[in-house]
Amino acid sequence: MTDPKTSEAENDDLETFRGETRAWLEANCPPEMRKPATSDTDVFWGGRNAKFSSEPQRIWFERMRDKGWTVPDWPKEYGGGGLSAAEHKVLRSEMARMGARPPLSSFGIWMLGPALLKYGNEAQKKEHLPKIAAGLIRWCQGYSEPNAGSDLASLQTRAESDGEDFVITGSKIWTSYANYADWIFCLVRTDSAAKKHDGISFILFDMTSKGVTTKPILLISGYSPFCETFFDGVRVPKSHVVGTVNRGWDVAKYLLQHERAMISGMGERGVGRPLGQIAADSVGTDPQGKLDDSMLRGRIASFDVDEAALAACAERAVDLAKAGQAHPAFSSAMKYYGTELNKRRYEILMSAGGVDALEWESERSRQGARPRAWLRTKANSIEGGTTEVMLGIVAKRILDLPGA
Amino acid sequence: MALVLTEEQSMLRDSARGLISDKAPVSHLRSLRDSKDPTGFSKELWHSFAEMGFAGLLVPEEFGGSGLGFMEAGIVMEEIGRTLMPSPFLATSVVAASALNRGGNVAQKSEYLPKISNGSLLATLAIDEGVKHRPLQTNLQAVRAGNGFKLSGAKALVVDGHVADLFIVAARTAGSAGERDGLTLFLVNPRAKGVAVERTIMVDAHNAARIELANVEVNADSVLGEVDQGAVLLDGVLDIGRGAVASEMVGLSEEVFNRTVEYLKNRKQFGKLIGEFQALQHRAAELYVDIEITRAATMKALQALDADIAKAASAVAVAKARAGTTATRAVQEGVQMHGGMGMTDQFDIGFFMKRARVCEELFGDANYHTEQLAKARGY
Repeated sequence: MTDPKTSEAENDDLETFRGETRAWLEANCPPEMRKPATSDTDVFWGGRNAKFSSEPQRIWFERMRDKGWTVPDWPKEYGGGGLSAAEHKVLRSEMARMGARPPLSSFGIWMLGPALLKYGNEAQKKEHLPKIAAGLIRWCQGYSEPNAGSDLASLQTRAESDGEDFVITGSKIWTSYANYADWIFCLVRTDSAAKKHDGISFILFDMTSKGVTTKPILLISGYSPFCETFFDGVRVPKSHVVGTVNRGWDVAKYLLQHERAMISGMGERGVGRPLGQIAADSVGTDPQGKLDDSMLRGRIASFDVDEAALAACAERAVDLAKAGQAHPAFSSAMKYYGTELNKRRYEILMSAGGVDALEWESERSRQGARPRAWLRTKANSIEGGTTEVMLGIVAKRILDLPGA
Repeated sequence: MALVLTEEQSMLRDSARGLISDKAPVSHLRSLRDSKDPTGFSKELWHSFAEMGFAGLLVPEEFGGSGLGFMEAGIVMEEIGRTLMPSPFLATSVVAASALNRGGNVAQKSEYLPKISNGSLLATLAIDEGVKHRPLQTNLQAVRAGNGFKLSGAKALVVDGHVADLFIVAARTAGSAGERDGLTLFLVNPRAKGVAVERTIMVDAHNAARIELANVEVNADSVLGEVDQGAVLLDGVLDIGRGAVASEMVGLSEEVFNRTVEYLKNRKQFGKLIGEFQALQHRAAELYVDIEITRAATMKALQALDADIAKAASAVAVAKARAGTTATRAVQEGVQMHGGMGMTDQFDIGFFMKRARVCEELFGDANYHTEQLAKARGY
């Protein structure tokens, strides 16, 4: 039984923390940082060549970094804020309340960090985590290959043992922002005789290493957020393997859970203003203030119901994890639903925008921001594991259906 | 507040589940239906509910109840949903008890709440008049007469109306149908002169009635809350009912789903377990996710009701809308995946489909609540 007095004291402490946090955020978050980023250049990714797009962006990042709040729940010794899960939830809700954007976006924070915290050795944690927290190193993810997409474990990039090093040869695809990244976390085959899941290692190396080249891929959105990445005899010390050699699939799967949680979050993240208001501005309203397109209004309302319900589920997933009751594969469930919902959001935005949402190049359309974002969302249900793969994982690991 | 059950709540769930699954599995509903039981529920079981503190779960301790919250009421409703147990819990212990507790004066509370808690009084809210749930369209007339009122009009889908000892009737004392002002709640004795009760046998074999009031005289003490200003009280009471029905639908959906997944693991066709077919696996996985999301939305609504009923409307609308679409999907997939077996009366799955349909109409369907959310958000 929980002692009601203890939990009351904990609640009091949390409310104190909430008050202090709110006051600090109010005093330190520049007004410009209290609205969502409107384009990718508006997002601060850190890294060796990082540039701030504005002074408020720099101030906000530096203040949050100095508190350890780029990674609020990481231990302080690794550059984090050392917050408990409950405090982290309070911080998130207070930031959401004022619309504060994340000070630093990073695959190091969302993906590599959690994997290093669980599988990294002390030297690796000390070397890499503080640089992620401080935004000094920008990471990319070397997972998919031209012939290993949904069937990721069939990957063929080889790492040959040579003394103290591995020599890596092969190619990766869909490497997000590889052309801007400083380091890569990469899946390589270290034993080609073993079964496909058993010969994979998870390794880290510098993208400036000899033999690494990248080539951006032009997408239907007109952007190139992904690259082809080639490795031609890249020499990497064996000490850069995270976890055990040939057991990299465990690390890879754990990291994927975090990646899926991150991508599913897109479904909850509003584009700033509620869809109903955005639509009202473009299609107009009747004398009662109802949207002048009743079918669109119905679609938006159904979307709003599902979005609010998903937000509750995301909150519950965090609470279940905290209580030790979460199913490890639940992030696949959230990834599936969150990405499908985000695609729905953008279909509605395109419908609401009508002709205005069709312009591809003009200042008026902010260089076609909406149609490009709409097209970008189509990748949500593909990247990080397709919807079909997610449903397969739910069927097999959660529902325990046969032969899945 | 975390969206997980506390240890105390888990214990409550276990004891409710123990009693209900033991004494009232789906076969209990089936036998009540087949014997055309005149009461339509088990009085003995209701006494057990009272003894365990469930009948007065929401009633404050000073009136003999357990003084628990809506999250706890939702936990019991969810267990009721799993076995489709017909029980006065929804109408009496959740809706009527909340109306009396929130709207009643000391005399009214003292008279009725202890009897609800000890299981000796059944009560119900009479609200719907048309074919759909439209509270503001209330048109049952209450006209001042002497020291009291005379009530005339008709109500449908009065849950447990054929056995209730007390009706809480939404009536119009001023204004016209569609207006918020002019609504008043009245406590009406079903045995009063001019009250006609017709039990309606429903598709789900649960209990409901149509009632007609013809110049039924009530005195001024029968007003629950304030004259003409009943809308606020009614909003809160209906939202409490909606949260409870959403919980029942979560339990119902999950039970249908569990039975269906079991069937997929056992039924063989084409030399394979049908659960091996990806067409069915993906549909099952989608349904699982739908139910989990709806469960979270429902817990969120119950939590919002416990925090502040006046601010819970949007969370409740989300929960009831989701519960409606999710339960509908769950029972349809349940019947479809059971194939021909799902169409037989002998098999239980059809009972879930029938109950889901009634729950969907109770206190507003998914369309109604989706519309409410759109209105609340101003578009």
